[in-house]
Amino acid sequence: MKTDDLITLMTQDAPVGMRYGRALAIAIVAGFVFSALLLVVTVGLRHNMATVFETARVCFKIVVTIVLAVLAVRLAMRIGRPGEPMRIPTLLLAVPALMVAVAVVAELVVLPSDAWKANLVGRNALFCLFFVPVLSLAPFAGLFWALKKGAPANPTAAGSAAGFAAGAVAAAIYAWHCPDDSPLFLATWYTIAIAIMTLSGALLGRRWLRW
Amino acid sequence: MKQSVREEEWAAWLRLAIKGDAQAYNRFLLAVTPHLRAMARRRCDQFGAPASEAEDVVQEVLLAIHLKRGTWDPARPLGPWLTTIVRNKLIDSLRRRGRHVNVPIDDVSDFLEAEDGTHEAADRLDTETVLAQLKEPQRDIVRSISLEGAGIRETAARLKMTEVAVRVSLHRALKSLAALYRSE
Repeated sequence: MKTDDLITLMTQDAPVGMRYGRALAIAIVAGFVFSALLLVVTVGLRHNMATVFETARVCFKIVVTIVLAVLAVRLAMRIGRPGEPMRIPTLLLAVPALMVAVAVVAELVVLPSDAWKANLVGRNALFCLFFVPVLSLAPFAGLFWALKKGAPANPTAAGSAAGFAAGAVAAAIYAWHCPDDSPLFLATWYTIAIAIMTLSGALLGRRWLRW
Repeated sequence: MKQSVREEEWAAWLRLAIKGDAQAYNRFLLAVTPHLRAMARRRCDQFGAPASEAEDVVQEVLLAIHLKRGTWDPARPLGPWLTTIVRNKLIDSLRRRGRHVNVPIDDVSDFLEAEDGTHEAADRLDTETVLAQLKEPQRDIVRSISLEGAGIRETAARLKMTEVAVRVSLHRALKSLAALYRSE
């Protein structure tokens, strides 16, 4: 086919169906709203959320998961756009990681060592491992749908970023139900749940986000 | 023309194009193509691919720019977006052609600098081969628009389709072409 003929074809297809930025915004808002509602109508908000919110551990859990979700979503929004700087958004992920590390150390200092294990295992570890991935599904599907319209240089990395962001959003939602407040619990089970989603994203992205 | 002036001009055209200005888009594509061609030839030469493959690379990169133009944020400069998409597609294309791209193609921004007026070489995927791979009505639409120079409206009337259906089919045809290059 002549290149000029191809240009003629492309010229007739000038208008863009849906801008990538809009697709991303729709995906993230819809994914978040769906999963937040899913939490509210199934397991519900933690019954005593209003009264426990002032306690430092609960407040920390809410804040750190929101910080993580915002930074992870920002990263996933950039990874499908060619020519966007990725270094700083990636390095910023160290902020929530450091917050958790500091909280874990503080927890170990404050708690007597025979209470460590009980706080690590918590009450709901298995449910957390089950429900965070469930809450990830809607943002995960949305981000993959949007990233399919994107042009990621590395499909595996893009899939990981999408899985990571979906897991982080789900964690930020689950924190409003989660009865386990220890940073030890957070650093263990939330991390495993988000890692599962990141890995799933990498595997799916590798195949599906090629373009 | 200085690189920054050229980039500004291209960006202005692509901004209009995204909103649906076909003429501006045509100007953009016609302006970018000679640069892509010069660069593709240079790279094919560098990696020992025959010059006849350069035109395929050009078309593949053009299709990538076309299908992914929605990922460019018009509020941002065009240069980084364009050079990244060109570099990624170029590496992809050369690798698929069995070239070991072990020299990193770090800088393709040179394609923004040098003008090259040379005309296209013979392409290997000839039109009939391409058309044979498309389904109906994509084939008729591609033939009508590219070979017979008809517009969307004329094509729609000729094929007794709505304009919207022709647009949708044309977009799908371009996606199929990109997939065809990928699988080649």
